[in-house]
Amino acid sequence: MKSLFDKIWDAHVILDVPDGPTQLYIDRLYCHEVTTPQAFDTLRDKNIRVFRPEQVVAMPDHNTPSDQQEHIDDPVGRKQVETLAKNCAEFGIRHFAMGSKDNGIIHVVGPEKALSLPGMTIVCGDSHTSTHGAVGAIAMGIGTSEVAQVLASQTILQSKPKTMRINIEGTLPEGTTAKDVALYIMAQMTTSGATGYAVEYAGSTVRNMSMEGRLTLSNLSIEMGSRAGLIAPDEITFEYLKGREYAPKGEAWDKAVEEWKQLYSDPDAVFDKEVTYRAEDIAPRITYGTNPGAGIAIDECIPTLDEVAEADKDQFLAMLDYMQFEPGQKLEGTPIDYCFLGACTNGRIEDFRAFASVVKGKKKAPNVVAWLVPGSWLVRQQIIDEGIDKILEEAGFELRLPSCSSCLAMNPDKVPAGKLSISTSNRNFVGRQGPGARTILASPLVVAASAITGVITDPRKM
Amino acid sequence: MKQKFDIIQSTCIPIQIDNCNTDLIIPARYLASTTRDPKFFGDAFMHDLRYNADGKPVADFVMNRPEYSEAPRQGVHEIIIGGQNWGSGSSREHAAWAIAGYGVRVVISSSFADIHRNNLLNCFVLPVIVSREFQQELFDTVSANPQAEVKVDVLNQTVTNLATGHSETFEINGYKKYCLMNALDDIDFLLENKEKIEKFEKETHPVPPCEGGN
Repeated sequence: MKSLFDKIWDAHVILDVPDGPTQLYIDRLYCHEVTTPQAFDTLRDKNIRVFRPEQVVAMPDHNTPSDQQEHIDDPVGRKQVETLAKNCAEFGIRHFAMGSKDNGIIHVVGPEKALSLPGMTIVCGDSHTSTHGAVGAIAMGIGTSEVAQVLASQTILQSKPKTMRINIEGTLPEGTTAKDVALYIMAQMTTSGATGYAVEYAGSTVRNMSMEGRLTLSNLSIEMGSRAGLIAPDEITFEYLKGREYAPKGEAWDKAVEEWKQLYSDPDAVFDKEVTYRAEDIAPRITYGTNPGAGIAIDECIPTLDEVAEADKDQFLAMLDYMQFEPGQKLEGTPIDYCFLGACTNGRIEDFRAFASVVKGKKKAPNVVAWLVPGSWLVRQQIIDEGIDKILEEAGFELRLPSCSSCLAMNPDKVPAGKLSISTSNRNFVGRQGPGARTILASPLVVAASAITGVITDPRKM
Repeated sequence: MKQKFDIIQSTCIPIQIDNCNTDLIIPARYLASTTRDPKFFGDAFMHDLRYNADGKPVADFVMNRPEYSEAPRQGVHEIIIGGQNWGSGSSREHAAWAIAGYGVRVVISSSFADIHRNNLLNCFVLPVIVSREFQQELFDTVSANPQAEVKVDVLNQTVTNLATGHSETFEINGYKKYCLMNALDDIDFLLENKEKIEKFEKETHPVPPCEGGN
């Protein structure tokens, strides 16, 4: 009567500290350049080595420019990327350098290289580590002090979270994607609705989702407050992982799959909380505010002041003030300035296929600046192999180089103050895409349709 | 940052922002640093709310108002009263470094995001969870009287509004409480169990190989 989360957690317990957290064994630590320099310094201070360097994989992604990758102009960002390379060399850690064919956003590269496998415990100093839970793993974002813990001991101190199962049942309506499912759930349960919980996604909608869709769904768990978003591995998972670079091969593969097939929540497993949503209630969505939960279906209006709870009114008005929107306003048809396809949320091959399906044979609106940024060099190669780059080019788009890009304003892809951006990324926080930038979150289909018309556009009407 | 905790009695800074995410606590452009200088991060704390694009202070932001703008020192502004869901979003520990670097030792809220809460503890800043009613009372008290003091007693796990005498207890596990009161960090503890880790790898959980690189 164990849940999927319990099975994996229990298999990694070194010890339970009396009246304290659990010392949990970690199978895979990912490192990027932003949240690790100080962790390596901690090791140097204490004069200790990395305990299991072969289980650590590092790559820069946040500071990486998407127009060229010969150099980083910003000296501070450049130093951070160089520091990661130096630390990896000094401590014997596998490092996928900027511009190399192995590089990309960690949360895209990990699953696509099968470095993230079912049943694993995975951590990284990045809240979107929840992404890797889609392969059937406990994957959690951690802080830099905790990165140092794992570097030093391949273990971490964590209190066991409560468990929540989110069931989504039925067939998604036309034009509706995993991104819309996640944005819908956030709007239902708020951005702190799953704080303190590890979430498992289940139900027929999830079972029928592609691996790319599942990765998008798990990616956004943290935007509901949950550090981990698991999906039980199945044939879709195994099919996705089989033959990938670091996947077990031959007999080891067969043995692994047999073990992975045990990774599901038992029928009588008990969750601290369980909720069910119907796929048919979900439509293509957009956000209107400055947290990812402040969203509506694309053909709905922003709530009126009467529809907002008294306690939330101040925050609601502050969000709209920043976004330069009015209560009750319909956003469909609003002119946009920037569009961004990419990030660990929607930077995978399926996202580029979806985008291309909308823009094929059409032309980008002249008023829109578009950044199309693959999540990894592998994704970029696949885009080229499938001829998607030609479709994009003919429609007036340029395919850029793998990077976190415009998700978080740590590289040159910044949205200027006051400009309105429609983005497949994960956060519409104040200043997230650049100081003063205004961000609307949406799926690749909505972003594609809007990039063509130059205004916020429902892809079902294209 | 590593200081022993016992009793903290101080005036407070009320930052009444719900869902105050870590992008607000420290904007991404301050993350590219490789430094550990507390002042660097302390100066960036709430930066884009404290300063306009031209670098001039935003006069009506709470941290810039004369009654709350004095830099924290013992007994002064060592405590922040924050809005609910404090520290949501990005896992950046830089947010905790910014709070610690500014000189704050306690953040009181009715709820914290999970990762940020752990980060605060690891940076020797105490996150104190109180009821929403008590959170509102603290906001009211500190807003009406900036000289009002709040007392946080780690040993007894109590937080007291000295202006009203009202008090609540707060949760912290025994292990972390011991760490805070004795200024100990986790790595030393984890490495004490090295033999257990090696035994676990050998007997219970054979380390999955990481072979590849075509």
